[in-house]
Amino acid sequence: MIPISIKVSLDLVKSLYAKFIDWDAEMIDYETGIPSHATNTAISEDLGQVEYIMTDKTGTLTENRMIFRRCCISGVFYGNESGDALKDMKLLNAVAGGSPDVVQFLTVMAICNTVVPIKSKTGAISYKAQSQDEDALVNAAAQLHMVYANKNANILEIRFNGSVIKYEVLEILEFTSDRKRMSVVVKDCQTGKIVLLSKGADEAILPYAFVGQQTRTFIEAVEQYAQLGLRTLCLACRELREDEYQEWSLMFKEASSTLVDREWRIAEACQRLEHDFEVLGVTAIEDRLQDGVPETIETLRKAGINFWMLTGDKQNTAIQIALSCNFISPEPKGQLLLIDGKTEDEVCRSLERVLLTMRITSSEPKDVAFVVDGWALEIALKHYRKAFTELAILSRTAICCRVTPSQKAQLVELLKSCDYRTLAIGDGGNDVRMIQQADIGVGISGREGLQAARAADYSIGKFRFLKRLILVHGRYSYNRTAFLSQYSFYKSLVICFIQIFFSFISGVSGTSLFNSVSLMAYNVFYTSVPVLVSVLDKDLSEGTIMQHPQILFYCQAGRLLNPSTFAGWFGRSLFHAIVVFVISIHAYAYEKSEMEELSMVALSGCIWLQAFVVALETNSFTILQHLAIWGNLVAFYVINWIFSAIPASGMYTIMFRLCRQPSYWITMSLIVAAGMGPVLALKYFRYTYRPSKINTLQQAERMGGPILTLGNIEPHPRPMEKEVVSPLQISQPKNRNPVYEPLLSDSPNSSRRSLGSGAPFDFFQSQSRLSSSYSRNCKDN
Amino acid sequence: MDTNGATTSSAAGGGSTSKSSSKKHSRKPVYSRFTQQELPACKPILTPGLVIATFTIIGIIFIPLGLVSLSASEKVVEIVDRYDESCVPSDYSNDKLKFIQNPSINKSCVRTLTVPKLMKSPVFIYYQLDNYYQNHRRYVKSRSDKQLRSVSDEKSTKDCSPEDKTVDGPIVPCGLVAWSLFNDTYGFSVNSKTIEVNKHDIAWKSDKEHKFGSNVYPKNFQSGGLIGGAKLNSSVPLSKQEDLMVWMRTAALPTFRKLYGKIEQDLQANEKIQVVIQNNYNTYSFSGKKKLVLSTTSWIGGKNDFLGIAYIIVGGLCLFLAVCFILLYVIKPRPLGDPSYLSWNRSPAGHPN
Repeated sequence: MIPISIKVSLDLVKSLYAKFIDWDAEMIDYETGIPSHATNTAISEDLGQVEYIMTDKTGTLTENRMIFRRCCISGVFYGNESGDALKDMKLLNAVAGGSPDVVQFLTVMAICNTVVPIKSKTGAISYKAQSQDEDALVNAAAQLHMVYANKNANILEIRFNGSVIKYEVLEILEFTSDRKRMSVVVKDCQTGKIVLLSKGADEAILPYAFVGQQTRTFIEAVEQYAQLGLRTLCLACRELREDEYQEWSLMFKEASSTLVDREWRIAEACQRLEHDFEVLGVTAIEDRLQDGVPETIETLRKAGINFWMLTGDKQNTAIQIALSCNFISPEPKGQLLLIDGKTEDEVCRSLERVLLTMRITSSEPKDVAFVVDGWALEIALKHYRKAFTELAILSRTAICCRVTPSQKAQLVELLKSCDYRTLAIGDGGNDVRMIQQADIGVGISGREGLQAARAADYSIGKFRFLKRLILVHGRYSYNRTAFLSQYSFYKSLVICFIQIFFSFISGVSGTSLFNSVSLMAYNVFYTSVPVLVSVLDKDLSEGTIMQHPQILFYCQAGRLLNPSTFAGWFGRSLFHAIVVFVISIHAYAYEKSEMEELSMVALSGCIWLQAFVVALETNSFTILQHLAIWGNLVAFYVINWIFSAIPASGMYTIMFRLCRQPSYWITMSLIVAAGMGPVLALKYFRYTYRPSKINTLQQAERMGGPILTLGNIEPHPRPMEKEVVSPLQISQPKNRNPVYEPLLSDSPNSSRRSLGSGAPFDFFQSQSRLSSSYSRNCKDN
Repeated sequence: MDTNGATTSSAAGGGSTSKSSSKKHSRKPVYSRFTQQELPACKPILTPGLVIATFTIIGIIFIPLGLVSLSASEKVVEIVDRYDESCVPSDYSNDKLKFIQNPSINKSCVRTLTVPKLMKSPVFIYYQLDNYYQNHRRYVKSRSDKQLRSVSDEKSTKDCSPEDKTVDGPIVPCGLVAWSLFNDTYGFSVNSKTIEVNKHDIAWKSDKEHKFGSNVYPKNFQSGGLIGGAKLNSSVPLSKQEDLMVWMRTAALPTFRKLYGKIEQDLQANEKIQVVIQNNYNTYSFSGKKKLVLSTTSWIGGKNDFLGIAYIIVGGLCLFLAVCFILLYVIKPRPLGDPSYLSWNRSPAGHPN
């Protein structure tokens, strides 16, 4: 008799968990008014057992609201002092003075995009952009008096300092994540000059600068901006000769119309044109962290959840964001290990080195994180999967940058294959695969549309709601489900055991002690309601959980629902069955041993015990719980009186007869006392003398006093951290010395210092790596 | 984040819906303490005081209750006389089955019972059967309540096989339960003066009025080759056949007593009661025992020490536990919610409490 009721009650209760998430007023994004939503109602309790969170960066940790902050035009840095280039007098003066470099730079900012300007009736121009970056750039250009005013078919209109300049768009070379840049080919309507305007990631632009251009300042600018956690884009242009364009145009048209390998062919065609750039400058766009991200990550990490950041962004930007949101700890506590390499051998060596460091430090309470980029990851996953898996298990934190959507999904799969419960959170279309792959997918219904939110099990408005989703909803759901499922087994087992015992005194003939009505109603009416209101049970208040997120460990480790707790419930059901059975057959022996009467005595004994078991296991009684538990007991009698009033039923008059007998009530109280006494005593003993952390917190919370001091004691989760850990030196095989290994970075500035000397090295490395990765991507297509 | 949005939203959180942003609010769930899981709750914890008080109170209530029950049970006077062995003549003692199955042998048997104490009227006469599985599945089901209730359902005998019908039609009452009706009879006398046995109102009122029809008469009963037990007077409706009703209330335990009748006069102490038993019922084939029981009654029922003793034991244990917990509390006081037990820094796996 596997209790069918468990399935029914669980489904009911789970849909209520989901509803609680939908209803939660504290998880409504007040900017958009969008409440959180649980699409998948079946996995709320898994939320409480999350061990790994894979998070996207842009739009998930950050707001994805891009603001143009700084720029570097022809070696001149703007916006460094004020932190806002739009207010930098130097730049404003340069614009007013019409410095050709600046004008060219602004032109690229304004028209090298796919933005559509929309003119409202009042004359104000608003922009519709697919990408937040382009939107930021166009708006910034407009503020610098380079207004992208109109687009009429292929003719663009730009107003600059009162004059109108028209361009004809000849070709748009769209952005792809492989090329990492986009370009437009325009023709100046006045002069007839054809120009290629490009913008893109530094590694997609700078290596293709024309021979002889000094890109050094741009590289430094990129580095510097990345250290500040800004997103950088390089802008470039090249004047095309008429014939060169015509020739290329034919090729491009042909490429666009091929049926086979079109993407690859187009990329190749683009490659033909996008070279020998004249690099104009670098823009830096700020993408602010969302509110509460550092706190959320810190709390969740304290709760024992490991964070992996999977981003398509640059390594430095990723590391900076990671630092600023408590993802990794700054130097004395934390250590960053880099896995890189272009070839299998290099990756292998670097992987082994990191692994070795990890093994050594795993015993030390130190935040060790590894950083890996897409290319090395590809090799590691392909050839050194085993080593990488070990690393993944050892490492609590990881930053994977420059990863593709499919690599994100692969990483999730890797962790899932190690039996970890993974949660993936993201906001954009590129996170969808990862979200679907993970045990739990959480989508942020943000600016990049609803793709991720639709694909996800849960959609929330802001990253910080994740804390509440996991710690409050996930944990409560897990606790409630743990109780409910075990209790459902318990109550069904009690009845089963009694039947088994009864079969021994009925000649093992299989007579049912209980009549069929009682057996049916037992799970449906008599015992289902009290347990269903356990959805309102809260073992600890939300505040306490937030203060002591470590308590989530009980859920992650499955402390509340595992073979031993199950054995406890099994033992309890056996004990209660014995109590009920022995007491009823002895109290109702001889002349009272009438079948129907004995059956009702045993049944009511069970019901009384149920009520007290639920009451004992309930941590917080709301009025609904009192109603359900004690009301259910009353309802049991009412239902049975009704049945006893029907002459045709087998138990006609039985319940009335029993309720009139004093011995019936005496038997009931004996059953309750004998059944609950030991349970209470045991629970009290464990509660007081072997308390779990949950118990201790409960006590602290309800006794009132010590909770405040608790908060003071608790913020040192790992006292050992205070001890000085000797900085580990990893010997890099290359003679060029290691910039990365202990990434000293208390602040962005200090890390910049440590990186400074290594920057060129990194650049050359990335340059060559890039070209190889580019060709690889082309081949893949 | 604009502060404006935050303020309107917190207002909405308080339950009032501001109209200024009706679009925003349209998707917002209705606020209530239930949806926010913030219903006021009482959160009791197992403090030593509470638990010790509970156990003490249970102990204090249970022990006197147990004593009262026990004394009530002690006041019940009960005479139990096993007669199945001794009512078999000595020449049949090796083959009791042959004795009981032979209809030509006189089954009368005289027993003398001594009243130990004054037995106040009414004195209930029970027969007790041991090792008699009236709760066996095949036996319990072999009856037709419909048929017993109304004459129109005479033919609904599907559960009654093999005692469902004869060549003359359906058996009323059908089934093994009725077929095996107990048929020993007892006659009582004191000093050769017959004691009246009242056999009325021994069955439940509800059975007489609703379960056994007043227009249902026994038919074809015990007419087969194998006689199970008593025969019924076919001119008396089932609603008047109280012995049958008592018997048909099947017992849940293999040892049970059923009411035979009532003696509505006091039996004095040390009186010798002569009982003439017609020892007809065959329990020898399954080594069942037959006992005659005379018993008075009390508020708790018949003589049953179980409840009293169990109460005293449970009450005693509760007191014992209370004392233990008090001692533990005194010897090894343990402050509740002591933050020093919150040692997150210990390795989580190594501390399984």
